[in-house]
Formats: sequence, structure tokens, C-alpha cells
Amino acid sequence: MRKFDTKVQHLKYKVLREVAREAWKGSLMENILDIPKIISPGKTPTMRCCVYKERAILSERVKIAMGGDKDNPNVIEVIDIACDGCPAGGYEVTSSCRGCLAHRCEDVCKRGAISFDNNHVAHIDKSKCVQCGQCAKVCPFFAIVNRKRPCQIACKVKAISIKDDLTAEIDNKKCIQCGACVYQCPFGAITDKSYILNAIELIKNSENNQKYKVYAVVAPSISSQFSYAKLGQVITGLKELGFFTVVEAALGADMVAQLESKELAEKGFLTSSCCPAFVAYVKSAFPALLEHVSHNLSPMAMLAKYIKETDENAKVIFIGPCTAKKAEAQLEEVKPYVDVVLTFEELQALFDSRDIDITSLSEDILDNASYFGRIFARSGGLSDAVAQGLKEQNIDFDLKAVACDGIEECKKALLLKSKNMLDGNFIEGMACVGGCIGGAGCLTHGQKDKAEVDKYGREAFEKTIGDAVSILNKK
Amino acid sequence: MKITVCIGSSCHVKGSRQVVEKLKQLVSEKLLTDKIEFSGTFCMGKCQQGVCVSIDEEVFSVSPETCETFFETEVLKRL
Repeated sequence: MRKFDTKVQHLKYKVLREVAREAWKGSLMENILDIPKIISPGKTPTMRCCVYKERAILSERVKIAMGGDKDNPNVIEVIDIACDGCPAGGYEVTSSCRGCLAHRCEDVCKRGAISFDNNHVAHIDKSKCVQCGQCAKVCPFFAIVNRKRPCQIACKVKAISIKDDLTAEIDNKKCIQCGACVYQCPFGAITDKSYILNAIELIKNSENNQKYKVYAVVAPSISSQFSYAKLGQVITGLKELGFFTVVEAALGADMVAQLESKELAEKGFLTSSCCPAFVAYVKSAFPALLEHVSHNLSPMAMLAKYIKETDENAKVIFIGPCTAKKAEAQLEEVKPYVDVVLTFEELQALFDSRDIDITSLSEDILDNASYFGRIFARSGGLSDAVAQGLKEQNIDFDLKAVACDGIEECKKALLLKSKNMLDGNFIEGMACVGGCIGGAGCLTHGQKDKAEVDKYGREAFEKTIGDAVSILNKK
Repeated sequence: MKITVCIGSSCHVKGSRQVVEKLKQLVSEKLLTDKIEFSGTFCMGKCQQGVCVSIDEEVFSVSPETCETFFETEVLKRL
């Protein structure tokens, strides 16, 4: 039974769990200062130089678990004192250099950046080096390494820079909230703000769903999560937490697939609008292409809108793998429909804050969407669903989908489109590699996740988009 | 009259789509579309009794098989 990929996630989870535990009891403000010591007790440090630094960082984590810096509009935040200021010098010669005779590194360097000292050991002149990496490739001892920060490697949109004090800084204009840096920072110094307190408050104030009803809208990538229990037990767990009912966001995906295939045929060219990080990227890096982004709401917002239209007493909490959804929920066009966004990490913390062991619960049912709505969770699924949408509605359109797996592939396709050189008429833009199952808010990421999503898709009661959506038709 | 059919997971797998389709078909056959308004909901809190269908505030347990009887005995008599 492995709940998380890394110890950083586990630490973040512990903070969320303790904050949530106090919040349920209504004693958070009284006991807030004790939380760092609960997580890092005693005198022996386990993570940093001393327990005092550990606790200082934990205090910052508590703040972020409570919503973070209100003055910073970004949902992704750097914890300055947690940032280790990793080396970022680029190509460097390490002690593995044996001072050989061959000097392949020198020969391959077109800039003449490599020289040798009296011990014949190589040195790189930073003023000449252009970071091409050829020297590292040819060294028979692998003695040359490229020192780059994990956060900067993770951030494919180049939103992270280094401040004078060596801590990382996020450029909010470039950041697309995908959370790649959050997942990759080995020190857990970059993290997503949590709205777990808003969720708890919403549930508590509903007075057992009497004052209003709290709906959980759950992303289909849940099929690759909570693998230590059954999905049906997760659903029961959500109801134990106090949710009125649970609905699949994949039903919103079915609605999107039906509308988007029509929109595509009308316009002739379209990009998807499901992934908020992709849409944010188009806005910041390719504003001229914004007109081609589908005008549909995302599956999350589409379904939340439907829920609120059919039940005026509804509140909606979306639970998914995504940090960018937290930003999407703050957009003017989405705000009225989605009240809170949580990640799977945060859901695990919520379960444990109430000591709900989901493995001991009975199994409930979650079945609202079709196969096609459910496979939105993985790369290529949206394209398959649009193809199906065209087929089901007998729309004569020659679909040429370009399924972009990760933001780098999105960038390539958008660049080609901006030069009118793209061989395709539909861009499926997914910022995370693998699709939503690669999201930063997942508990775990594994090789079998895609297979899990497909399996979950095949288990859907409804086999076509039309059947899944027909039930929503009020007339 | 307002007929609400539960389309939540539990009722859905017991055939709420078929219930909706059948009821709509019966309503249009009897030329009652002006008098009956349909709506959906994701839970009525009586999942064991699904498919849950409510007429105004009263909840009934219906299945695709009992749909026609329900329509004749409960819907028509209330009009």
C-alpha cells in the first residue's frame, strides 16, 4: 500500500491533514502554532539542518494549506526558506575527470571553451560555453554534467528564474499553473495553494446538506488513484465526509465532446479548451491563436453549470488531479459554477483528517458518463471522443486530430499553426505528459495509469456519448 | 406538473435513461407535453428504491418495466 510517489508529497499531506483535523473541530486558530511541532517533534532533524528550520518551513506550509498569500494571484507559490538554491551553473567538469590524453571534449567544442590545468584536468570557460552539451556526450568517463535546477527543467514554459538570493521565482505572466515544478522540486519548495478549509467550511455549514447540497464532481483520472482501495469505497468515503452526492466530471466531458465536435465542423479548425493550463498557455504565449480555442466550458465547469441549473441549492466541489483547475475556478466565467477545487492529494488528507479508512467501507456506485467521457483523463482520449461525437451526430467532417501529450508538444503544434504549417484541424492540448493522469495533484503516477483509465472507461454503463448526454435533456 | 427523474449513479445503472425515454414517449403520445415538465436530479436520497421519480414533491420507485403502469396510475390521475 503506497499512497504517494515522494516524501515531499507525504509531508505536504501531513500538513494538510493536521490543518483539516483542527478545522473540522473548529480549533484551528487555537492550535495552529502546534502543527509544525506535531509533524517535526523532538530535537533531531529529519529533513533540514535543524528542527527549528524544519518547523519554520512547516509554518509556511501551514499558511499555504490555509490558502496561502492572498496578495499573490498565482495558485502556485514558492516557499522562499524551503528553496535550497540548487546549483544552476550549467555544464561543469566533475571530479570524475581523469585528465586523459584523448581530449575529446576539447576537440568537439566549437567555441574553444575547454582548457586544461597542470594535472590535465579539463575546465570550462563559462564566458565561451553556449551549453550545447557536446562535451558531456563525448566524455568516456561521463565526467561532465549539466547542473540545472529541477524546477527549471520541469517548467517547460520557462516561468522560473533565480533571484539574487538564489531562491526560485515564478513569473506569474508566464506560469500556467500546471504544477510540474510542484511535483518535481525535491525540496518541496514550490507548492499549490490549498482551499481545503473552504471545502470543510462549505461542508460544515451545509448542516448535513439541509441548508444547501454539496456535490462532489470527480475527475475520471480517479480511476488510476486510491489504488489501495476500490473506487466504490472512495465514493462512500466522500459521502461519509459529508458530500450530498458524487457525480462524474466525465459526464461534463461527454457534453463537451458532443458540442466540440459540432463547433469543430462549423469552424473548420479548433483547439480544445478542457485543460486550463493549455488555455492559459495559449493566452500568454500565442494570443493570436486564442480565437481558435473552443468556446466550450471545460468538463468540470460544464457539469457544475448543469448541476447548478437543475438544483438552485447546489454547491460544487471539484476533485481532480490538477493544480491549474484551482486557477480555472477563479475565472469570471467559471466562478459562479465551481465553489472549491481540491486535488486527490487533498482528498486523501481530508479522509485521514476524519480517520476515515476507506478500505473498510462498503462500495457505492459512480456511473454517469460514457466510455468516451471517461477517457478524457488520458492523452488522446479527447480526440477519440471528438471523432466519436462527429460519428454519432452524422457530421461529415474529415477530422485530423493532433493529440499533444504535454506542454512541449502543445508548443510545437501551436507554433506550426501560427505559421499555418500544421497538418491537422484539431489540437488536443494537454499540459501534463500522459494527460490528466500525469497531473501534479495525483497521489501516484504509474505505468499502468492509462490502462486503468481505459478499463474504467469500458466499465461505463453508457456506451455512447449520445446516450450519456440524452438523460440531461430537460425537454 | 413537474416530473423529476433521478439520474444519479445508482438510479442511472438501474435504468433511469430508459425511464426518462419511456415517460417522454408516453407524454407525447397522450399529447401532454404542455402540461408536464421534466427535470433531472443527481440524488433524491433514496438510492435503494431507484429509479426514483418524483411528481412535484412525492417520490416513487419506478423501473423501466413498471414505467407504463406508473404513468397510468400516478401521472394520469393527477392531471
